[in-house]
Amino acid sequence: MANTRRALMWQYALIAIFAVVYLAIGSLVRNSYYQLMMTLVLIWATMGLGWNMLSGYSGMISFGHAAFFGLGAYTMTIAFVKFGITPWLGIPLGILVGVVAGVLIGIPTFRLRGHYFALSMLAYPLAMLYVFEWMGYQEVSLPMKRENPIEYMQFTDQRVYMVISMIALVACMIISLHVERSRFGRSLLAIKQNQPAAEAAGINATRWKMLAMMLSAGMAAAAGGLYAIILLVVTPQTVFGALVSAQALIVALFGGVGIFWGPVIGSAILIPLAETLHAELGNILPGIQGVVYGLAIIVIILVAPEGIYWKVRDRVLARRARTKVTSQPRPAEQISIAAGAASLPRPAFGQPILQLDGVSRSFGGLKAVDDVTLSVPEGAIYGIIGPNGAGKTTLFNVLNGFLAADKGSMRFAGTEIGGLKPHEVCACGVGRTFQVVRSFPRMTVLENVVIGAFVGSKNDDEAERLAYEALERVGLADQQALAIAGGLTTKHLRLMELARALAPRPKLLLLDETLAGLGHDELEDILRIIRQVNRENVTIVIIEHTMHAMVKLADHFSVLDHGRLIADGAPADVVRNPAVIEAYLGKKWMDRAKDQIA
Amino acid sequence: MTDWQWLIIDFFQALAAGLLVGGTYGLMCVGLGIIFGVMRVVNFAHGDFMMLGMYVAYYLVTGFGVLVFLGPYVGPVVGAALAGPVVYVVGWLLHKYLISRVTGARVISAEAEGHYAQIILTLGIALVLANGGLILFGSTPLSVQTPLSRESWEIGLIFFNQARTVGFIMAVICAIGLYLFLARTSLGKALRAAADNPIAAAYVGIDVDRSHRIAFGLGVGITAIAGGLFAMSQSFQPYIGFDFVIVMYAGVVLGGMGSILGAFWGGLTIGLVQQISTLVLPYQLQNTAIFAAFLIIIFFRPQGMFGRVWERT
Repeated sequence: MANTRRALMWQYALIAIFAVVYLAIGSLVRNSYYQLMMTLVLIWATMGLGWNMLSGYSGMISFGHAAFFGLGAYTMTIAFVKFGITPWLGIPLGILVGVVAGVLIGIPTFRLRGHYFALSMLAYPLAMLYVFEWMGYQEVSLPMKRENPIEYMQFTDQRVYMVISMIALVACMIISLHVERSRFGRSLLAIKQNQPAAEAAGINATRWKMLAMMLSAGMAAAAGGLYAIILLVVTPQTVFGALVSAQALIVALFGGVGIFWGPVIGSAILIPLAETLHAELGNILPGIQGVVYGLAIIVIILVAPEGIYWKVRDRVLARRARTKVTSQPRPAEQISIAAGAASLPRPAFGQPILQLDGVSRSFGGLKAVDDVTLSVPEGAIYGIIGPNGAGKTTLFNVLNGFLAADKGSMRFAGTEIGGLKPHEVCACGVGRTFQVVRSFPRMTVLENVVIGAFVGSKNDDEAERLAYEALERVGLADQQALAIAGGLTTKHLRLMELARALAPRPKLLLLDETLAGLGHDELEDILRIIRQVNRENVTIVIIEHTMHAMVKLADHFSVLDHGRLIADGAPADVVRNPAVIEAYLGKKWMDRAKDQIA
Repeated sequence: MTDWQWLIIDFFQALAAGLLVGGTYGLMCVGLGIIFGVMRVVNFAHGDFMMLGMYVAYYLVTGFGVLVFLGPYVGPVVGAALAGPVVYVVGWLLHKYLISRVTGARVISAEAEGHYAQIILTLGIALVLANGGLILFGSTPLSVQTPLSRESWEIGLIFFNQARTVGFIMAVICAIGLYLFLARTSLGKALRAAADNPIAAAYVGIDVDRSHRIAFGLGVGITAIAGGLFAMSQSFQPYIGFDFVIVMYAGVVLGGMGSILGAFWGGLTIGLVQQISTLVLPYQLQNTAIFAAFLIIIFFRPQGMFGRVWERT
């Protein structure tokens, strides 16, 4: 779209202005110490961008980016010292080693979440530190090449290093910018906010995280290689030490998380501050740098947990909002396409679209789903009911790939879907919602739905169009499209989740207690929308534990109790089935109910 | 004796050393385990509190020599024990003014966001403590002077370093004492209630914030005692915390996050792994062996880590 393209051009212009102004100031500086400091700002900004690429966008906090930084530095150094390879090749080689290390570390470590991920990331560089010490690389200096220094990246004028570092930084900034603006970045953001929801909406979390890790490791390794070139001496402690990882995290966090300007701002403020203090007071206060970083991070987490960039931006936006009353922009192409849908006839039931055969899943000794066989005809509204703990949600989790079935087969539109991952099931044309709504709380409603639309669209414009269409179908396109999901009511959240599931135009929807916790009028609204969606040729399987709303909605009931299917058939018959009444009321009450009838 | 017999003796020697070191590690892990168990907070600064404990013991015993009158044997042990209350106060203050702002009942229910702030905040505290330590104490490696560290008891052909043995015994006593405190006293029970369900605990009149503060102080204090004991046989410098935070987490995770007794056994196991690894690995790589063990544990024992594996949708 023209708007986003113009915004992109603006960002390019800003980056260019930043680079030119910075280098212009740098070229005027004569003092070699300040030249070095200005170069270090760029290198740590690059390192911070590396950290931000993984941890800022995807939310998996890494305490171990020193691993990649150190590998970049040591690869370049060893290639130079041992094999006489010029740093012009050594640094790219280091980037390659970093990327490979990123993959090798990512494969096992991505299985961990939250602080376990952070902790294990801390272990990698510390382990490497001892290995490099043990291999005898306690202190490696780069040899001086007097004959052709340029060939070995050795310049008498420090400012050349500043230019080289700026080129690396600008490259990383542009990569980050494009990641942010693409479905890559938005998918990472969705993973950060709610990974299961992202996966159920068709996002391949493993693939995106691995890609982020590779880019991230490459950037950190580039920073490490440049750092070694400039300081001329490499020791395990200075490139693998915990302070290196901390510094990457701190410049990013201080400046702003999840935005490529963040690490640049953070580095530009903190590095000169820490370096100056170190130069002035380093003799009497040897750890002053670390103290400054520590205090910076403590203050920022208490005052502006997202970093300076966001704090300033929120201030500016708030002021703007005060000066002019913003009218919610309504996209021009938005016309009511659903108006006529209410009068569509119900589709006739077709062939079975979903067939389960002997599906079982246990947790330890508990059989949560026990030998379930059922068949959902195309075009139906199929209700799965049962008391709490009957295994309904587990059945859905097995169906959409969150859990693997122990036994049995599941066929959707003729193809086996057992063993597929959630995003693959979604790509087949199966959407789902959750018992407790899983939204991406800090995105707008539209953005939430766009995430769901990625799987069904080739490009971002198409995704946005699909998202609008889905919002239109559930009636959220008007007022709520640009509201932040975190502030919605239960009903609107459920509708948003429904739209997210509808966006890629699935053939089958799995609705998990969509009707729970709603007032009477809200319930009627949602029932109407579900019926309408069904008329537009979407088969629906819906879970509920309360029966009365379902009797009005579903064509067919299956009743689960303790994981087993105990009844199956037309709603009117099923509710009179003694086994079903017993499952709901218990045996004692069942007898009493019989007495009353008698 | 044949090579083969020497090998067996070496093995048992490593086993003995591992057991003795492991006891102290176990106590360190118990300190961390309390904090995680009660507050569900990952304390990255924990190693640095241990470092503080080491320096407190050092200054009491060797530096200022306040405890010289107790003699070279009793002095270091008392010094280590006194490190506990001193670091308790430090922890208590840090919790009151910093950590409580990102923890507590309010945050426990929040998902990833809350943890994220805690991790970063404790990292900041770790940096300030480690580098502040460098400013205050200097970078020269130190150790608490005691003749115990140079002498050994010999049982059979196996040597038991006296400093480590005393450390081991003290560690076990402290761990048992702590266990009894949590199991028997009303304050201990209140702590466990606050750990189990902070909201329900608040409803029955337990001051959850105060419980957390006590747990945090207790946790860092216990680990400081372990640090003080360890300082009798091990030299240290202000950056020692970063290495030990991994050692401690390895133990706590192995024992099952949240289990306080489990943390002790976990720490003990880590000590054994470290010492036995020296039989096959070069000395410099013994910490690498712990990091490798940590990664293996964390990958293959997820049930110990997540508490529950199955996430409810």
